[in-house]
Amino acid sequence: MVATQDYDKGLTDPIPALEDKWRLLPSFLQVKGLVKQHLDSYNYFVDQELQQIVEANQRISSDVDPNFYLKYLNIRLGMPERSDPLAVDKSYTPHECRLRDLTYAANIYVDIEYVRGRQIVIRRGVPIGRMPVMLRSSHCVLTGKTDDELATMQECPLDPGGYFIVNGTEKVILIQEQLSKNRIIVEKDSKGIIQASVTSSTHERKSKTNVLVKNDRIYLRHNSVTEDIPIVVIFKAMGITADQEITLLVCGADKSYLEKFAPSLEEASRLEVFTQKQALDYIGSKVKQTQRFMTARKPPAEEALEILATVVLAHLPVQRLNFRPKCMFIGVMVRRVIATLQDESLLDDRDFVGNKRLELAGQLLSLLFEDLFKKFNFDLKLNIDKVLKKPSRTQEFDVYTQLQMHGDHITGGFVRAIATGNWVLKRFKMERAGITHVLSRLSYISALGMMTRISSQFEKTRKVSGPRALQPSQWGMLCPSDTPEGEACGLVKNLALMTHITTDVDENPIRRLVFVLGVEDINLLAGTELYGKHAYVVFLNGELLGITRDPQRFVALFRQVRRAGRISPFISIYINSHHRNVHIASDGGRICRPLIIVDNRRPRVQPKHIQMMSEGSMAFDDFLEQGLVEYLDVNEENDSNIALYEKEIIPETTHLEIEPFTILGAVAGLIPYPHHNQSPRNTYQCAMGKQAIGAIAYNQLNRIDTLLYLLVYPQQPMVKTKTIELIKYDKLPAGQNATVAVMSYSGYDIEDALVLNKAGLDRGFGRCQVMRKQTALIRRYPNGMFDRVADPPRDANNEIPFKFQKLDADGIAAVGDRVFPGQVYINKQTPVNTNADIGIGQNPLETGFKPSPMTYKGLEPSYVDKVLFTNTESEQALVKILFRQTRRPELGDKFSSRHGQKGVCGIIVPQEDMPFSLQGITPDIIMNPHGFPSRMTVGKMIELLAGKAGVFKGELQYGTAFGGSKVEDMSRILIDHGFEYSGKDYLTSGVTGEPLSAYIFFGPIYYQKLKHMVMDKMHARARGPRALLTRQPTEGRSREGGLRLGEMERDCLIGHGASRLLLERLMVSSDAFEIHVCQTCGLLGYKGWCQRCHSSVHMAPMTIPYAAKLLFQELQSMNIAPRLILEDF
Amino acid sequence: MSPVGSTEGKIVLESDHVNNRHHESTEAWSLQTFAKSFSIDIIRVSCRAMEFDMINIEAPIANAIRRILMAEIPTMAIETVFMMQNTSVIHDEVLAHRLGLIPIKVDPTQFQWRGDAEATDLNTIVFKLNADCYIDSETNKVVNASVYSRDLVWEPKGNQAVQFEKNPIRAAYKSILIAKMRPGQSIQAELHCQKGIGRDHAKFSPVATAYYRLMPEIVIKEDITNEDADKFAKCFVPGVIKVVKERGVRKAKVDNPRLCTMSREALRHDEFKDKVKLMHKPTHFIFNVESTGAMTPPELMLHAVKRLMRKCQIVQAALAQLNQSGEHEA
Repeated sequence: MVATQDYDKGLTDPIPALEDKWRLLPSFLQVKGLVKQHLDSYNYFVDQELQQIVEANQRISSDVDPNFYLKYLNIRLGMPERSDPLAVDKSYTPHECRLRDLTYAANIYVDIEYVRGRQIVIRRGVPIGRMPVMLRSSHCVLTGKTDDELATMQECPLDPGGYFIVNGTEKVILIQEQLSKNRIIVEKDSKGIIQASVTSSTHERKSKTNVLVKNDRIYLRHNSVTEDIPIVVIFKAMGITADQEITLLVCGADKSYLEKFAPSLEEASRLEVFTQKQALDYIGSKVKQTQRFMTARKPPAEEALEILATVVLAHLPVQRLNFRPKCMFIGVMVRRVIATLQDESLLDDRDFVGNKRLELAGQLLSLLFEDLFKKFNFDLKLNIDKVLKKPSRTQEFDVYTQLQMHGDHITGGFVRAIATGNWVLKRFKMERAGITHVLSRLSYISALGMMTRISSQFEKTRKVSGPRALQPSQWGMLCPSDTPEGEACGLVKNLALMTHITTDVDENPIRRLVFVLGVEDINLLAGTELYGKHAYVVFLNGELLGITRDPQRFVALFRQVRRAGRISPFISIYINSHHRNVHIASDGGRICRPLIIVDNRRPRVQPKHIQMMSEGSMAFDDFLEQGLVEYLDVNEENDSNIALYEKEIIPETTHLEIEPFTILGAVAGLIPYPHHNQSPRNTYQCAMGKQAIGAIAYNQLNRIDTLLYLLVYPQQPMVKTKTIELIKYDKLPAGQNATVAVMSYSGYDIEDALVLNKAGLDRGFGRCQVMRKQTALIRRYPNGMFDRVADPPRDANNEIPFKFQKLDADGIAAVGDRVFPGQVYINKQTPVNTNADIGIGQNPLETGFKPSPMTYKGLEPSYVDKVLFTNTESEQALVKILFRQTRRPELGDKFSSRHGQKGVCGIIVPQEDMPFSLQGITPDIIMNPHGFPSRMTVGKMIELLAGKAGVFKGELQYGTAFGGSKVEDMSRILIDHGFEYSGKDYLTSGVTGEPLSAYIFFGPIYYQKLKHMVMDKMHARARGPRALLTRQPTEGRSREGGLRLGEMERDCLIGHGASRLLLERLMVSSDAFEIHVCQTCGLLGYKGWCQRCHSSVHMAPMTIPYAAKLLFQELQSMNIAPRLILEDF
Repeated sequence: MSPVGSTEGKIVLESDHVNNRHHESTEAWSLQTFAKSFSIDIIRVSCRAMEFDMINIEAPIANAIRRILMAEIPTMAIETVFMMQNTSVIHDEVLAHRLGLIPIKVDPTQFQWRGDAEATDLNTIVFKLNADCYIDSETNKVVNASVYSRDLVWEPKGNQAVQFEKNPIRAAYKSILIAKMRPGQSIQAELHCQKGIGRDHAKFSPVATAYYRLMPEIVIKEDITNEDADKFAKCFVPGVIKVVKERGVRKAKVDNPRLCTMSREALRHDEFKDKVKLMHKPTHFIFNVESTGAMTPPELMLHAVKRLMRKCQIVQAALAQLNQSGEHEA
């Protein structure tokens, strides 16, 4: 980032290079972890926000009995507990929830104070509902456990947590990206209108306020008023009636601003608005009419005042009708608009990462909880009123009993929202779908990748490139490589390795600090001072605080206080010299990352600190506390001078990067030598790494997932990266080190196809397992009937028919047995009668059962791996059966290296036909060299070279981004071991026995087996099922469907004039149907009879597609008579 | 035979490609000259591996022997596993696959091909694998935490006990790890071995690998002296080039070309590029046979040659038949 400059070296002492500063990373991840954002946000919600929400909705009173009240004193979340009231041991583990389809949740307890009769009663620990618990959060049983303890809970120590378990499925609340709230953003819309907009957001409401220019005049636009209001009218309505004062608030002493603002002043006088009363009347007449019942309409002026106070710029509170801060804010907005009119470079960029906020699980849950809690209280109040209305009661009224009856609302609300991903918030009339996703457990990487994923609120269909483009401000915060291809490209992003997302920090101490540091209060200032020559306006979270006349000193002091640990390290401060502002931000959702502080060309972190850290006497938090390292958010980063390497430090440098490879995320971090690859290849690998089959978790064999892919012999890569070690991919790898020869072989390797060595496959290369779950619920019906599982039936010879052979005596297939297609694995029977009552005393068994067995479908047999028999929360018996297949690679299976180079297996060649090297080594994979020139994946070549050197030296090599083992060193190792420096070997053809004329690039490359396997895809059909309605062949492999002869294929046949073939394909082999047409009326009749003409003459048989016949009949049903006029042909 | 040092009839390794790789003998082949010139020198031999030189033979024949060694010599290997109990973490199929890859030390010629026939003592070897993992109550140590190939117990059937009395059938290596277990887990299985060839499955291949390389020939065309000589020697694996003092000048001499790995490092340096020629003798094959342990490499070679003879006989017979029928038609 900073160019090296020549400077006087004599001035500085020789500084020992800080080589091991990357060691800060493991320490950082130890404290923070990869999913710390989620955990922090959830913990903040549970520990702080929950309390705030309850305080804001503290009191319930009754409309009936004025003496009655209920007050929430306190709220807290318990530890996860079973909901089963009879359970002796209430604690349970997440894994039990996964297996038993339960929800991993804890009770929400409140302390309440309420009126009972004439007493005031206090009750503590009243449960009001259950909240799903985020795994590894402060309320999870897994937190703080050792690996051994986790193992006894059947939990994988490498699992990052950060997700929920709802009804047995793991659900992630994706990070949502939004435009920052309560900040002024100046933009130019498609019509060229410049406007400053602020999205205000408080607990109560969200609203958007715009200040825009129309015909040189400035207006305020807001949803609550029907048309744009001249800005001067707004000022006047807020009590600033003097034109001079308004002008000062907007323009200060600047003439050029005044020129631009003058037309707006004239507009007000043209409208004859001079006083506050007139202004309010004017606005009042434009207020949107809301249909509100019961409440009487207020006079328009009063309504206008209320809207100005509470709705317009809602985030600025108006206390006792003191509109001054709000006026100043609007003044700043207007000023920004005018400034932008003069100089368009002052337009804000809404894609700038500093203008973005990330919403996490905690914030979303807090929105949801507030809504649910309000509804809960509303319902409770209705119920209380209902009871209190009754003139006489047998029992004294106790709210406690009422409280217990409403528990389901909050519980159900949470479970429903997380299970479906639909966030319905009544307060904001917000309905958002697709917030949660099922945690992808395809591989360890796919699960990790999901936890760091950020989804954008931006519409996918819009064809604008701005939000999708790589933003320079993403540097170090968001991974530049990891984004999907196609429609979501650039909208779905991933966090970089060291990113941290802030949570809210209390503003009040900061406000005090700001004034202590010499900022002049806004309420004491007039416009002249506000825009004075040396004045910089200080903002706190978008709110005007005051001005400072020495911003540099103020900011330096503020940072000193922060580095001393007196305020939260996540508060950012920066100077915007264009706007002459100082911004302080303490709000949640800002993206930030740690950097080493540099003073006087010297990084504060010194080798001795690193030494202490490796000895364990210093952790990452100590670095933060001692002010060696600090977090910068994107805005503050913009105000800093960050050196990439220590040698690039110049006098202006303020910070030093910890490690350059941290600009990549966890998924892109797997790629060795990514800085040598063409950039789209890294993006492709990011998508493919998530499809690679490998180890998923240490508890993978205890899991019962719908679909689980496992590699039988996974290996850690020969060429690792630092990231691989940090995210522990080397412990749960997904791939194998294949010996690759880059050469052409046999012609079965065109278009990226790979040649595989048969002996390699025999010995276990690429062998994988596919586990598939089947579930059956053994139901109980309301009428007392129940499903049952029956033992296998016997035929006349007392033998069990093939179909039922795999069943044990309990009616469920035996563990370890091989189940063939068509065989029954759960012999379930359901009662015939599930609705009507069965007579009292009647034996339920006598009413009869009908078989509803579960039959194994699939082309290849599977083994029964596991049978789980348990019951769910609703006491229904649940049977889960896990089927297992072990597959060796076959023709058409998909493989990929870590460089976005995928290919299918084109041929499997016996070992003796494979070329062999002077060491007798045959390759596992032969890859066609045509894969290289256009892809430009030089990283793959270096991986091979480093891998080969590593093999012969007996150590793993590093391919870390912007670093890693050097090619020169690798070549040196190869030469020392008697190999050619470039990794090319002399090979002998296995077929002819003679040497090959070219030297072959030969060595190990880490290959991933991808989940796309031929066995799951191959499909053909001659005859088969047809759709009920059209009688045409069904569609899709799962329905054994036909292969469609589509429009383009049809066009070809027409072009060839192959009309008979066309007829055969489209009718005879599809849905040919014989109809009988009456030649008199032209309508369809019966065979030999026309019902319309009541005649049997002139009936003609003909064959048409059934779909055509259906069309005729449907037309008839709409009173359209399609008539067939037949001619001899 | 071309003179030493000339590139004629030699495979020449240039810096970026191989020249002359196809060798064709100029003279007509005759048994007499072949018998006179052909020789086999055994360099080293053990029960596991063997290195020998096969001199004055053409690549197709040498390659045929190599291919036969890998794919066509039958051995016995575990083909069917009857899993009575397997509570270990390793799944049945994976365990069976691992068992299959264990080389079995037995002379396969003593057995018949099984094909679809019933299993008898003539075509099947039976092993038992019974391993229970538990904590020894006295020593408090986990017993059988790892199951090794030594835990396979041969169960002689029929005449086998007598037949193999001197040389009981067993796994070729004792310490091949089969599975790991924790206390309470157990594996009980009966394993049936049958005869097969490497072409069907790599587990039947009697060699870990069998390969050859050609005898290197390094020719120093111009003298390389003093520092250059040392540098030149470093371009090769130690032992290939020696530096000798001749009339006060240190000169690089070829010492043992056999050791050369043909890294072509010398060709990379401008000062040596034109002074050295790296070549392979196309008719001098250095064979390496690494047995899996089922049979000794010399045995394997014998089998391979016999196999090759059989193949030739088949071709011979077929050719004869073809000639006969051709004559009839004519």
